[in-house]
Amino acid sequence: MRVIGLIGVWYMLHTFSLAVLLSGVWWLLSGYTLVLIIGLGIGSVILVLYICHRMDAIDHETHPVHLAAGCITYYPWLLWEIVLANWDVAKAILKNDDTVRPRLMHVKASQVSEVGRVTYANSITLTPGTVTLDIEGADLLIHSLTQGSKEGLETGEMDRRVTALELGKGGPSAFSQPALHDHPEDTSVKRDSET
Amino acid sequence: MELVLDVVSWGFILAGSGFCLIGGLGLIRLRDMYARKHGASLIDTLGIGLILTGLMVQAGFTLVTAKLFLILVFVFFTSPTTTHALARAALNSGLVPDVDKDSPIKQGAVPSKK
Amino acid sequence: MFITAAAAVLVTMALALFRSLKGPTVFDRILAINSFGTLTVILISVHGFMAGRPEFLDLALVYALINFIGTIAVTKFVTYGALENTTDENEPGDI
Repeated sequence: MRVIGLIGVWYMLHTFSLAVLLSGVWWLLSGYTLVLIIGLGIGSVILVLYICHRMDAIDHETHPVHLAAGCITYYPWLLWEIVLANWDVAKAILKNDDTVRPRLMHVKASQVSEVGRVTYANSITLTPGTVTLDIEGADLLIHSLTQGSKEGLETGEMDRRVTALELGKGGPSAFSQPALHDHPEDTSVKRDSET
Repeated sequence: MELVLDVVSWGFILAGSGFCLIGGLGLIRLRDMYARKHGASLIDTLGIGLILTGLMVQAGFTLVTAKLFLILVFVFFTSPTTTHALARAALNSGLVPDVDKDSPIKQGAVPSKK
Repeated sequence: MFITAAAAVLVTMALALFRSLKGPTVFDRILAINSFGTLTVILISVHGFMAGRPEFLDLALVYALINFIGTIAVTKFVTYGALENTTDENEPGDI
């Protein structure tokens, strides 16, 4: 059993927000208002919550509520970046000459938590023209297609923005989590001592 | 108003179709598997994104739009995962990326795991 | 309009299928089939609008999920030759 303390409160909050999310998706996809069927829906939400509890999958890593506030400004920027990168790659594919210059390089991620690094690596992969091949600690191995995609990454704009997102700039500070380092075991010890 | 919405959704769908075609062309033309990944990611981002946005404009504020949005969100979060998994699997199995001469990491010096 | 989009998607599907037949490595084939799946999602959605039957969107949603899981499973199978976790004890289980 979990001790009711800081972790317990966190756990309840994450469980609650996951339940709200699941119910919303269920209702969106079914659109029913019959009592019996809504009962079945509640039953399935509880079943999924139980399975997530058994998998130990309800925490800030699988369900990062604390990033929600920063996402409002980050994702529109990322979408615009994706549009620009698409244009760049589309031109390179149509020309298919000197503009296609595949390169491999290392990029440092300045985020402290693993969620932040994963967000950064995912954003890089989502942007056409750059793909994250491997992550080793804070070192990302990147494959880039054109000169423009390489330069876009080297400005470090995305890195800066993901770090700001991770630090919860503009978001409620109560949702920020203790920093994760390379060993997840360390943080569990740290968080236990806080309770 | 009807006409404006129709024109806007036309624009979105045609642009999305164009990006799909260019992505497919990239799958054929680019030189190796790592480069072709960028062509595939054209389809996964703006190809599907623009076409489904055009359909959303057609549907207006209904349940259909919500479902289209959910599809977009799923693709948005799953496609980088598959791309990264595939790239990493290829790198770990010893497929060497064909890179340019002025690449920061040279052709032979690819840090392969095996 | 929908017919134009469907035609473009079908042509792109043909290109992806060509790449998946040509190879040369198994990862090329997986990549092409993953794109093929994404295009199928688009085609199902467009067809739902063309036929005036929005129920097709549910199929598209499920297809998007199956496409993801299927690609990951095939990648893992090709890499390890098995679907169970074959990494070392200290390594985080990954693909």
